[in-house]
Amino acid sequence: MEITLNHYLAVAAVFFVIGLMGVIMRRNLLIIYMSLEMMLQAANLTFVAFSRFYSYPESPSRPYFNHIDGQVFVFFVITVAAAEVAVGLALIVALYRLKETTQVQNLTTLKF
Amino acid sequence: MDTLFFWFFSLVMIVCGLSVILNRNPVASALCFAFSLVSMAALFIMLDAYFLAAVQILVTAGGVMVLFLFIIMLLNVEAAESIPRQKIWMGLTLGLALIFIYLVSLTLNATPRGFVPQNALAGESRSLEPGAPTPPADLLDDTQRIGNRLFTHFVAPFEITSLLLLVATIGVVVICKQDEPRRSPHEEISREAPSARPEKETTLTR
Repeated sequence: MEITLNHYLAVAAVFFVIGLMGVIMRRNLLIIYMSLEMMLQAANLTFVAFSRFYSYPESPSRPYFNHIDGQVFVFFVITVAAAEVAVGLALIVALYRLKETTQVQNLTTLKF
Repeated sequence: MDTLFFWFFSLVMIVCGLSVILNRNPVASALCFAFSLVSMAALFIMLDAYFLAAVQILVTAGGVMVLFLFIIMLLNVEAAESIPRQKIWMGLTLGLALIFIYLVSLTLNATPRGFVPQNALAGESRSLEPGAPTPPADLLDDTQRIGNRLFTHFVAPFEITSLLLLVATIGVVVICKQDEPRRSPHEEISREAPSARPEKETTLTR
């Protein structure tokens, strides 16, 4: 059986949904953050899969080659995700100093 | 062989992803997350994205996971007694997930424009055959191609990303900076004494 684009997209969708379920279900801020990262990674997988399977002829001498822009985008996404994790974890540490907890049910200051 | 590897790595990835959200212990979740990231890097290799696989392992599985583990250690997060199982949220989540998977399965059957089956890719080192035209050398090295693209067409986003990293670094320092606690004179003396611990260490432990 040949592995096609659809296989990769389906796996990425399942991984994304697992991350979504983690964000909605779990109460621990750190686990929620990991689930967010999982959703980002699933998007990365679709980017790479599309860049591998989407191809076009540029000219007759260069018949078909895969598109590299998807991989460049993944590069950017990884960079931004790393910066985001650093800032987010710093915020979690600051929150822990203030409230002594990382469980979201105890952080109800903004609840109305 | 490719098929076998694909199923193996995607199975590892999804099972590890599930155990991230189902584990009680945050440390175990973090380690499962690292495993799923490594198997995603393996999937990147199968998609001929060697550079990104290396970056994934170095940055995400290496740096980000170490950061997560450090924070778990610093905050002394205890294991949850039980995963909260509220029926409403579980049902809502599952419903959302099923709707999403249904929508994705709708799009999977449509072939996007410009899509070419895998075996038609002549520019791939894997599918090179004796009769196929030799691809240009600059199409074989994905690192070189990414670099070319990054420093010509995407040079403005690249520079902005470097600025973003700088802002994030400064922001983290500002957010994490505690207000200076009032030092006792005794501590002041011990800090200035040359025989005391190195200054760097005292500032770190504070």
